[in-house]
Amino acid sequence: MKAAIKTITGNVIPMPLNDIDTDIIIPAQHLTQTSRAGYGQHAFARLKKADPEFVLNQPRFASATILVTGDNFGCGSSREHAVWAIQELGIQAVVAPSFADIFSNNAQKNHLPLITVDQSVCAQMVALAHKDNHPVTIDLLTTTLCAGGQQHPFTINPFFQHVLTAGLDELDYLMNHLAAIKRHHQNADQRQCFLQLAGALS
Amino acid sequence: MALNIVEKIWQQHVVNQQEGFPDVLAIDFALLHEVTSAQAFQMLGDRGLGVHDPRRFLATIDHSIPTRSDRQRITDPQARAQIAALRENCQRQQITLCEPDSGGQGIVHVIGPELGITQPGMTLVCGDSHTATHGAFGALAFGIGTSTLAHVMATGALLMNRPGIMQVAFHGELPQGVYAKDMILRLIADIGIDGATGHVIEYTGQAVRDLSMEQRMTLCNMSIECGAVAGLVAPDETTFRYLKGRPYAPPDAQWQQAVEHWQSRASDPGCGYDKTVTVDIRQLTPMISWGTNPEQSIAIDQRIPNGPGSDQAALNYVGLKEAQSLTGVPVDWAFVGSCTNGRIEDLRVVASILNQKTIAPHVTMYVVPGSEAVRQQAIEEGLDQIITRAGADFRMPGCSMCLGMNDDQVPAGARCISTTNRNFIGRQGTGSITHLASPATVAMSAVAGHITTQLTTMNQQEAS
Repeated sequence: MKAAIKTITGNVIPMPLNDIDTDIIIPAQHLTQTSRAGYGQHAFARLKKADPEFVLNQPRFASATILVTGDNFGCGSSREHAVWAIQELGIQAVVAPSFADIFSNNAQKNHLPLITVDQSVCAQMVALAHKDNHPVTIDLLTTTLCAGGQQHPFTINPFFQHVLTAGLDELDYLMNHLAAIKRHHQNADQRQCFLQLAGALS
Repeated sequence: MALNIVEKIWQQHVVNQQEGFPDVLAIDFALLHEVTSAQAFQMLGDRGLGVHDPRRFLATIDHSIPTRSDRQRITDPQARAQIAALRENCQRQQITLCEPDSGGQGIVHVIGPELGITQPGMTLVCGDSHTATHGAFGALAFGIGTSTLAHVMATGALLMNRPGIMQVAFHGELPQGVYAKDMILRLIADIGIDGATGHVIEYTGQAVRDLSMEQRMTLCNMSIECGAVAGLVAPDETTFRYLKGRPYAPPDAQWQQAVEHWQSRASDPGCGYDKTVTVDIRQLTPMISWGTNPEQSIAIDQRIPNGPGSDQAALNYVGLKEAQSLTGVPVDWAFVGSCTNGRIEDLRVVASILNQKTIAPHVTMYVVPGSEAVRQQAIEEGLDQIITRAGADFRMPGCSMCLGMNDDQVPAGARCISTTNRNFIGRQGTGSITHLASPATVAMSAVAGHITTQLTTMNQQEAS
């Protein structure tokens, strides 16, 4: 079991860019480590370096914890390091109109909430953050997001929601099915799977 | 009921279905490499778990290994430690590791098929987004993160909701001088970088049937670049011919039974899809990317979009303008290799173009075979000689210049025409500029010194 997450409150980091890929989140040259820590310092390194005004270079957003971004966030490589890097920055949730699939799976495994809202809600949150950065609240039980005094419904895959709010560990769930999985493999090997597993390379 | 190939594979691999939970999906095989596996082994270690069946795993070293001839000397201490960790983990868990100079090392998506591991109807995963490559064999193959890899290692299964299924029907015959790489870039440009999110693509049409296995792998490889979970091609005689006699393939005694099973995996006539996209390739010309993601690609005889479809930030980064033609834009680097285009057929195309020619003096060209087997085959065919005589560097196998995480990097500000799969900002090295294209276009551009699909004759005159 992991800690259950039911609500998140924090200020917004406005990053209204579409198609932010995982190479941008964490460039490949920082992937030679063997631990799950140490990526936060390199997160978004290219954007930080290219633009002194980039949101993560601005001290006023330093303690903000809710990343609001554009379409198709996390596209590209399967590197889970992207999720680890984001979490190490202190980010507790990502809000966007859409997310890439593998990134979404990786976020779920690490209990990083991904909140899907309309483009217009993202734009509104970005505008508010620049004007007067009041905290927003994400309620994972009611799937509503409260920003600038307004309530917005959001979508999240129901199982992802369950994982977060119940603190479910997926590996624990899978381990409960271990015997059935083993049986499946044994049966398949006789009828449907023709891999020569024994001594193929010896 | 008529089923498509994905529905058939899914049905056969579902171990458990429970209301409110994703399916428990059995995974037949997992491929490992050094970059995304160490933490998975660590997750198992933290819980005191072992690998459920080590025979269903195979590891290689590809992402961080240098491609110079003394590649076993790794100067980056972190990369060295990462490779040492893979070695130790494989040894402890009794997983076969394809060591450099064993004859079996190579890019994970090149060696799987070479060994006959990738077979029709199976489920295969790897901690790598280009795992869809294996879909060329009619396998359901997809990239996963490190935690999911740990799940597969511990249990032989993962949790997943069945994705949507999208048919991409290529209409017409592939014109001469145009390749699978151009087909997939056309599709991505048409449907967008997230056009297939949440879907597995089945590629259909006579043009797909006519492709070799190498070309089908190129096609499926880039499925992730339009957001797809996976991409696959129904197995046929071309598939079976490729598989016969490979180490993990069924022996003669089982061959007929296997082929019958594999044939039964193809989509039934009249099956349904959640979505269908048609791509007319009758007039297809070579494709090339102009911007900072693979969707930003055009036919080489077109101009960079002006107005809709334009992207000023991308153009600033790549140093090009709206409405500009890419033909004639000088290149500094040319790269042939990667899991997209590092196979023997790709090297043959490149050698046929470089034959009796030299690359432009200002161009640095790397040709990096996808595996030790590809390299050996190229040497046996004399391709290395042609490539080297042309002034290109024929190197040792690995991911090389595809992703800027080893010694092979495109310098900041330099422009590279590349057979790889991603032109993201800094993908080939900080500040690098990438144009994605087929091996033929890369080789012709290297000779000319600028982007082109015409083979210049100037070099021949110089030579004579």
